[in-house]
Amino acid sequence: MKTIFDHGAQGPAGGLFRELDVPRTGVDRRLEPGLLRRTAPRIPDLSEPTVARHYTALSKRNYGVDDGIYPLGSCTMKYNPKVNEDIAGLPGFANLHPSADPDLAQGVLAFLYELSDLLGGIAGLPGVSLQPVAGAHGELTGMFLFRRYFEARRQGRRRRILLPDSAHGTNPASAAVAGFEVAQVRSDRAGRIDLAALDAELDDTVAGIMLTVPNTLGLFEERILEVTEKVHRAGGLCYFDGANLNAYLGRARAGDMGADVFHFNLHKTLATPHGGGGPGAGPIAVSEQLVPYLPVPRIERDGERFRWGWDHPHSIGSVHSFYGNVLVALKAYAYLLELGDEGLRAVSEGAVLNANYLQERLKRTYKLPHDRLCKHEFVLSGEDLPHGLTTLDVAKRLIDCGVHPPTIYFPLIVREALMIEPTETEGKEGLDRFAEAMERIAAEAHAHPELLREAPHRTPVRRLDQTRAAKIPVLTYPFEKAAAATG
Amino acid sequence: MRYLPRSEADRRAMLASIGLSSADELFADIPQAVAQAYRPLHLRAHSEQELVAKLSGLAARNTASGMTCFAGGGIYDHYIPSLVRHILSRSEFYTAYTPYQPEISQGTLTAMFEFQTFVCELTGMEIANASLYDGATAAAEAALMAERLNPRGKIAVASSLFAHVRRVLDTYCWAARVEIVELPHLPSGACDLAAVSPDVSAVILQSPNAFGVIEPLENVKARIGDALLIVAVNPLSLGVLAPPGAFGADIVIGEGQPLGLPMAFGGPLLGLFAARKEHLRHMPGRIAGRTLDAEGKPGYTMAAQTREQHIRRERATSNICTNSALCALAATVYLASLGADGLRRVAEANLEKAHYLADRIFALDGFEPAFSGLFFNEFVVRVPGDAQALHQAMRDAGFLIDPPSLLAKHGVDTAVRVAVTERRTREEMDRFAEMLGGAG
Repeated sequence: MKTIFDHGAQGPAGGLFRELDVPRTGVDRRLEPGLLRRTAPRIPDLSEPTVARHYTALSKRNYGVDDGIYPLGSCTMKYNPKVNEDIAGLPGFANLHPSADPDLAQGVLAFLYELSDLLGGIAGLPGVSLQPVAGAHGELTGMFLFRRYFEARRQGRRRRILLPDSAHGTNPASAAVAGFEVAQVRSDRAGRIDLAALDAELDDTVAGIMLTVPNTLGLFEERILEVTEKVHRAGGLCYFDGANLNAYLGRARAGDMGADVFHFNLHKTLATPHGGGGPGAGPIAVSEQLVPYLPVPRIERDGERFRWGWDHPHSIGSVHSFYGNVLVALKAYAYLLELGDEGLRAVSEGAVLNANYLQERLKRTYKLPHDRLCKHEFVLSGEDLPHGLTTLDVAKRLIDCGVHPPTIYFPLIVREALMIEPTETEGKEGLDRFAEAMERIAAEAHAHPELLREAPHRTPVRRLDQTRAAKIPVLTYPFEKAAAATG
Repeated sequence: MRYLPRSEADRRAMLASIGLSSADELFADIPQAVAQAYRPLHLRAHSEQELVAKLSGLAARNTASGMTCFAGGGIYDHYIPSLVRHILSRSEFYTAYTPYQPEISQGTLTAMFEFQTFVCELTGMEIANASLYDGATAAAEAALMAERLNPRGKIAVASSLFAHVRRVLDTYCWAARVEIVELPHLPSGACDLAAVSPDVSAVILQSPNAFGVIEPLENVKARIGDALLIVAVNPLSLGVLAPPGAFGADIVIGEGQPLGLPMAFGGPLLGLFAARKEHLRHMPGRIAGRTLDAEGKPGYTMAAQTREQHIRRERATSNICTNSALCALAATVYLASLGADGLRRVAEANLEKAHYLADRIFALDGFEPAFSGLFFNEFVVRVPGDAQALHQAMRDAGFLIDPPSLLAKHGVDTAVRVAVTERRTREEMDRFAEMLGGAG
């Protein structure tokens, strides 16, 4: 497959921009020669059809939610409503400069205010910031709030964050970037937080705990109230990772479970597209005691008018250039309006019903380490595969069946994990097709193990050598080599 | 609900297959006290038609979007070729996730690889990542990376960084227990490097800076000892300006919005991050790399993942996961559409037009350049009288400029900053200068 650099030179096409309508003085006369670029960047000059075909061809080497089931556990790859894309493209939103005075941008401020209100309602918490632009960014902002909170109370000794061993990788990294040390709390055999292990860690050096509810095995922490109460009693705060909100949307609120900070992944739960890895949005909702520390500026209401509030002396400051990913927030707002209260409950019902339906069927062919009612996702194990086959082999073979593989090798507490999250936007037909593919692969594993080991067979490239990518990094186009090869 | 493909019969059959008689039983594990405390939002479902009407109404209330934009400060009103939007609308791109399964993500990965190459070509650096959230968090990540390479707990920062970049840098550095030493600016508007102390891990400059002034980078590296040089850029300016890599920069960061992204009220944006090859293991963010498949054919995958949070957890170089992949694709298609020639032309147009308007404004009585330094596409004008009143008068005439308070934060009073892009016509600029003269 060609990169954009491999197309034959076509020479400057021009025609995109208006001819200069002011006298041309010349860059070299306006600027000193030492400031000027001497050699042009190697960006090929191509005609529009060539560029259009190149990127269209690339798009066909991708798999998106519109192509079929995308059961990536903990990623909530649900359908992204088309109309929300159109709304985000309205010039009134897209062509708005961020330094526009609030009175010239009341429409956008109004929706940001209303969205904050709705997110606070979903989380059951009084303060909201829309500034974080990804889940991990929400986590980091939450950890900044923890830091400020303990600084204000002169409890700087609280430098430890507790993390269940099933936590998302971003959790420990976020705590560390915020200047905390990380201590792990193990899970019990049922996949829940081990309360005795938690007790052993709780002391006056603990700043708090980061929890994922339901946990990364897809199981609800039934003793969640005990966990948060223990942490609060020890003087700590509770962070709730909202990656798995799809499991209880419209049925439970993090605030009622003892959360002090809760982050949303708008690109998961609220159906904004993932964009091949962003942009997302990771707004946070916080308990009363953390409100003074929220990022600035804050959206505020003054009668019928909306404005930016900067005067919050205890704030952690800002975590984003402006007001977060406004256009992503807009799509999430549109989605909430489409759902309404009834829709929220329908979403979580669909997500959990689909996951349980698949779990029930697939546990007949694959090992299910934690066999109970799951929430929106569940984790199978590939450790019983014959002929030394691995979970990776199953994943790659699924690609041949035309479906996106689940998340693999996560959570770390299950060996050879396959983490499956079908989401509510998959129908029974799609679920059955996925289950059939999984079952066919299980049969092939016994009869034709090489089919798995050498998979995928039907993709533009075969299985890629990840070790080579790590050992011999080729991270930019090798112009010199290419020139030598053709020259 | 039109997003739920499930008939009532399917629903019943699925419930029965797991041995349940009602959907409520699916949620029996939520503690009763929690379930009972739930309060609805009192939100009714809107049809698509109602939704479009409601949100179009809100869009219409953003009157600034219809004004003639001379605002800048990192976000600019550029022309976006139609092809960019069309490619970004392909759902194979925008509905996909991070390319964890490279064999079905070659589209995203190849584009990431092209993007990294473009960023290196523009900045004159050897390696680049596949994007960060925005220019401000890129600055923060650069500071943290410099502290990993050169741990001194102290970093020197030019006072002429955009205020929004500095705010984010302050927050991250506070958390990392890194002290920020501010470097003042010279009468030219450029950073005063005489104030750099030898005990800092890095020096962060911005060029063009918040005053629009291009920093002379020629001898900076020699003057800052063994501190790393971090330069924040406007990537579009690099169509004509010498890349920081040519002056020995260690890390180059920037806001990628000028490369084909709408202003979007400041988000989503695109953080650019480039460095030298030897520092790869300390880089934050996703990186795509070329490798071979089982048949020896080239293909692309995520590279250098051992730096990342999903592998290294609390010892990762950054916590970043989701970034700005689709915005990076926009920048890639933008640059591919323009080519080197188009990029140079559009950068020249920005520079020529900004200087045309500057000439007109500085010919007006009482309007002076606030700084003597050379500029690219924005500049600061010292104005007679009250800058706030002038700002208001220009607003009333339909011109959007950055609020003077943004400059006041830099200790620059009675001045306004004016940004000019290729979208501004001579007629608009003439009217702008006339109004300014009248209002001042």
